[in-house]
Amino acid sequence: MAAGVSNLHGETSYRYRKFKSDSMMAITVGATILTLIPLFLVLGYLLTKGVASLNWAFFTHMPAPVGEAGGGMANAIVGTLEVVGIACLIGVPIGVGAGLYLAANRASQFTNWVRFSADVLMGVPSIVVGIFAYAVIVRPFGGFSTLAGSVALAAIMIPLVTRTTEEMVLLVPPELREASLALGVPHWRTTLSVVARTALSGITTGVILAVARVSGETAPLLFTAFGNRFWSTSLFHPINTLTVQVYTYAISPFADWQRQAWAGALVLTGIILALELGVRWVTGGAAKAPR
Amino acid sequence: MADSIPAVRHERARAPVQVRLFGDRIFNTATFILALSILALLFGLAVALIADSFPAIRAFGLHFFISADWDPVNEQYGALPFIYGTFVSSFIALALAVPLSLGVALCLSEMAPDWLSHRLGFLVDLLAAIPSVVYGLWAVFVMGPWIRDHVEPPLAHWFGWLPLFQGPKVAVGMLSAGIILAIMIIPYISSVCTDVFRVVPHTQREAALALGATKWEMVKTAVIPYGMTGVIGAIILGLGRALGETIAVAMVIGNSAQISASLFKPAATLASVIANEFAEATSDLYVAALIELGLVLLILGIVLNVVARALVLVVQQRRYRETGK
Repeated sequence: MAAGVSNLHGETSYRYRKFKSDSMMAITVGATILTLIPLFLVLGYLLTKGVASLNWAFFTHMPAPVGEAGGGMANAIVGTLEVVGIACLIGVPIGVGAGLYLAANRASQFTNWVRFSADVLMGVPSIVVGIFAYAVIVRPFGGFSTLAGSVALAAIMIPLVTRTTEEMVLLVPPELREASLALGVPHWRTTLSVVARTALSGITTGVILAVARVSGETAPLLFTAFGNRFWSTSLFHPINTLTVQVYTYAISPFADWQRQAWAGALVLTGIILALELGVRWVTGGAAKAPR
Repeated sequence: MADSIPAVRHERARAPVQVRLFGDRIFNTATFILALSILALLFGLAVALIADSFPAIRAFGLHFFISADWDPVNEQYGALPFIYGTFVSSFIALALAVPLSLGVALCLSEMAPDWLSHRLGFLVDLLAAIPSVVYGLWAVFVMGPWIRDHVEPPLAHWFGWLPLFQGPKVAVGMLSAGIILAIMIIPYISSVCTDVFRVVPHTQREAALALGATKWEMVKTAVIPYGMTGVIGAIILGLGRALGETIAVAMVIGNSAQISASLFKPAATLASVIANEFAEATSDLYVAALIELGLVLLILGIVLNVVARALVLVVQQRRYRETGK
């Protein structure tokens, strides 16, 4: 503290210190600009290369056989919707229920352990979650499947949804809860139709941000949902997803596949940014995913 | 009158009381089980990975971590090239991302007016919303070639006497992986740092300014020291992200199980080798060895995350103790 501030030698010194201060602050602005350059570059390339590659066939056609030009990602788009949808069916009830429990039982040691586990789960690399789904679903069932992919994505969603639900429920004024209890409404109905309902928009926001997050996951799907060049909506067969399809096309040697990878990346990023921006727009910029 | 009110309530409530307690019990048990499932999930993750990597643990023991020999054909598995690749690529990422993130955080918390700060913060957060595979795609076709043509030649020219910057210049390699990782972890580090700097009490800043400090001196003497623990937490959180990042790295690092001093050369990380080889692993021992790599990642992820969260919490609690909010 003392070194920087007590060094008051007079006019020139002050001018130097002022200059130093201004330059350091200019550097922070420069750092911010430099950080945002990749964002605009990525979005710019997505738009130019993606839009140029996007056509109607992309949405309606199946992937073309190896080496053949044309085709689309119809099955991957449907597959992403299915895998993420089933992940929601598994993950949202668990996450919201657990979040309600955490918010209702603040003081117990058990709550602390659950909250700690949820935080730790958020830091587990997603590919490790993929291995877990492989071990508990793919191996016992004897093959890659939609279910395994959904379980992996659900495991990533659960801690996110749990923590936002807890935070949103804690924002509900205790008077509302007390008023409902004082009217003789049972605890469980108070929790569901007064507390959870008041927090509903916040919980929904959390769920949408979690959906946006898992929709862009590739690593946990590589050896669970695996990918499929053919049409499949079966729960117990491999299924194609946008992320895995973009990945395989991007590292392929065929120019036409690389072109389609840009189109797929554009659609994928478009969906995710639409979810994130939509949520921010509705909530006035307050929403933020837990990390 | 005074007697009749409790009587009425009693009569009307008598039947529902049983129902009510019953409903509460069901609801409490149900949510308790759901909360328990989170503990079970973490526990199951650890157990599944330990159990499935057991063949490799038994076959190689600690030798697994010091052997640089990854040879699926001869069933020899050593994790050292991937541990090396993971740490080197993450440290390149941190070396680039930490100064930039601190700059962003200071710009957002000290420089920009509120309306601008939130918009800029939102744009930086968008960096975290772009999927990993999209970063990978961009890095393979745009960033990698650019680095080969415009970054690696000057590095080799000026710093070529260092073994780090020798060898053929290629688009995929350790350096490209480190740079794309840096771009991906900046939003995580900068958003935690911004939050940490924002909780520095205004009295601290005003005290420094009142003593005649310039803005930068205020930042250096009041803001950064106060938030230092949180900044370290943010950096560790970023490191955790970098270690576990998979797809973008797998696409640009070149995937070679060789340890070489040059940052231009292809390498591989724990996560990238799992992504590349898992679905094709044929023998049980091969799969077990890959799962053991996953176990290493799990342990690293848990440890770093716990330490980082604890450090960030320390700053927030200190502010709470000192200011009561």
